[in-house]
Amino acid sequence: MKKVAIIGAGPAGIEAASILANQQVEVLLFEKSLNTLSNMLDKAYLFPDFSPANDLVDKLNKKLLHQQITLFTGTEITDVKKDGKEWKVIDAKGMSYIVSAVLLTSGYSVFDAKRKEELGYGIYNGVITSIDLEKMIKYNQIENSMGDKPKRIVFLQCVGSRDEKSGNNYCSKICCVTAVKQAIEVKKLLPDTDVYIFYMDLRMWGQSFEEMYRESQEKYDVSYVRGRISEAASTFDKKIQIKAEDTLLGVPLKMTTDLLVLMVGMEASCGTKTLAETLHIKGEYGFAKSLNCHLQDNETTQQGLFIAGSCKRPMGINETLADARSASVIIMDYINAMQENDK
Amino acid sequence: MAKYYWNEYQKTIADDKYFYERSCIRQTFFPGSETAFLRIVREELGKDIYDEMNQHTCTGIGYHADVVPLETTMTVVARLFSLMKDAGYTNYVPSCVTSFGVFSEMVEIWNHQPETLEKTRDYLRKATGREFDIPLNLVHPSDIIYKYRFELKDKMKYALVNRFTGKPLQVVEHIGCHYAKIFPEKGVGKAEFPHVLAGMIEAWGGEVVDYPERRHCCGFGFRHYLLQSNRGYSIANTKKKFESMEPFEPDFIVANCPGCTMFMDKWQYTIAEMEHKTYDKDGYGIPVLTYEEMAGLLLGYNPWELGLQLHQVQSEILLDKIGIPYDPKEKYKAADGRILPKPERPNNLLV
Repeated sequence: MKKVAIIGAGPAGIEAASILANQQVEVLLFEKSLNTLSNMLDKAYLFPDFSPANDLVDKLNKKLLHQQITLFTGTEITDVKKDGKEWKVIDAKGMSYIVSAVLLTSGYSVFDAKRKEELGYGIYNGVITSIDLEKMIKYNQIENSMGDKPKRIVFLQCVGSRDEKSGNNYCSKICCVTAVKQAIEVKKLLPDTDVYIFYMDLRMWGQSFEEMYRESQEKYDVSYVRGRISEAASTFDKKIQIKAEDTLLGVPLKMTTDLLVLMVGMEASCGTKTLAETLHIKGEYGFAKSLNCHLQDNETTQQGLFIAGSCKRPMGINETLADARSASVIIMDYINAMQENDK
Repeated sequence: MAKYYWNEYQKTIADDKYFYERSCIRQTFFPGSETAFLRIVREELGKDIYDEMNQHTCTGIGYHADVVPLETTMTVVARLFSLMKDAGYTNYVPSCVTSFGVFSEMVEIWNHQPETLEKTRDYLRKATGREFDIPLNLVHPSDIIYKYRFELKDKMKYALVNRFTGKPLQVVEHIGCHYAKIFPEKGVGKAEFPHVLAGMIEAWGGEVVDYPERRHCCGFGFRHYLLQSNRGYSIANTKKKFESMEPFEPDFIVANCPGCTMFMDKWQYTIAEMEHKTYDKDGYGIPVLTYEEMAGLLLGYNPWELGLQLHQVQSEILLDKIGIPYDPKEKYKAADGRILPKPERPNNLLV
């Protein structure tokens, strides 16, 4: 039997499903939400090439039109058990599926910005998250709380990442470049809007990221301030007042803005946390843990159980897709070895 | 987005049988407030609250000014708790927010360091021969008023509504830093958007003014004020708050901390003297009430028995807006019937 269950129909799950299906593996792809790629649906453009997110969504969804792939949306997997040499995957309705291997691609969820009370998300309409802004960019509706075009937008990096108080000491990796990308998109749509980015340090680790960062300053006049924002409050005219320290100048500063954008980090999704716990592969911060981050990064302590994408750690989409392809190769090796042994 | 998020965090507040500890300074600056609180709890709510005669300082001001060592503070706090034990109570209610913070801190230390708790028991035993228990419930009196705010509303004769316009009064609420900023989970609504006073204001018909410096320090800050050389820093903080709230034209300020109420009240006089500036339209200043005074006024208590005449900023304009009657002739009448001399008028702040 060449049958694999993939839990989570995000970019990693779909990419792995497609590759395995092309190798004549029967794939059962389970998705808790009613839609595939739910974290991508409101994205406007992708870094670093500013390609429309919809194009990638369409291309990935087309890969699902494969006779070897069966997609189960609205289906939450509640338990996964080893059953002899095989695996039993059980959904919330009690239906069980026997497969040779399981790939966990249950992904991430975004940090709930309300947990950073001092920043006023959920209290003040002018405080939004990077997810909210992405939707505004996508539908070209960047507005402040009064429905006007904002004259100033301030971004704050590392909200719920590299933050001991939130319990997340790790870097979410994609927020720095996402803020640069969004700042450029804002300036393209609203050239007269002042854009400031408050940061601890900017981690432009990927190909073309540094160039984007430079372009944002030289071509789009985005201003960068090294400092954390300590609190946000509403002013008489419904703007947002922020307090911060400019740590390069060594001075405290106060500024009003029409929108404060909180760059929310990535956390292990609820499904990732639950399944990683159930399957005894729970790593730091609730993410799933691989056997070895160098050579066995898609394998786990459980034979036949594999992991890929942002259920392991924060990842961008291109990394996630590469990781899914890597997992597919390892899974093929595993299934072929199983079949050899059965002969 | 609604502000209901402020309501989400609630703490455990005992229903009844409270041991009350008075503040060192409140009876001087707001002499009717503690009496009003006891009256509200006993007469309006029908609860049992014990007012201990042999109580003493918690060392709060000395502790925060680094004059009193931690071990001494612990032992003094332990003695106060021993008074509660002797009286047969387990729910401790300190009138002062500083005390509330000190008690919360000592209990937290003891919970984390049992050996320190044992040392404190030993110190208290050697010094006084007394034993103490850690309270089962430690709350601030404002928590109790918050808990029963709707029951009190049913008994109130007045609401926080401007009778001339029919509109809700605009109320600035200020929470003492040591209420929730040390231990956010010890405050209703936690540290950033505490709901303890906002809940009272909303329940009693007013509107909370959410101004930019809402969370800023009142200007007391212990050593900022206690050292004379730092008082410019203290008043600068208070000024920052008043400048921030001024455009919202608040009808009054309510606070739950002795230091905050005092400083926001008295510094208005000082700023008026220094800069000829007041933060209301007419030059009278913005009245600053304690939450007990606010509740007492709405329940129909006599403003002069509540001690409003002893505030720096006078409250007649506010009383008129709400429709609370008062007798100007009784304003400076002492409890024994004597008419006390009228205080000197400030040069710039109208009274």
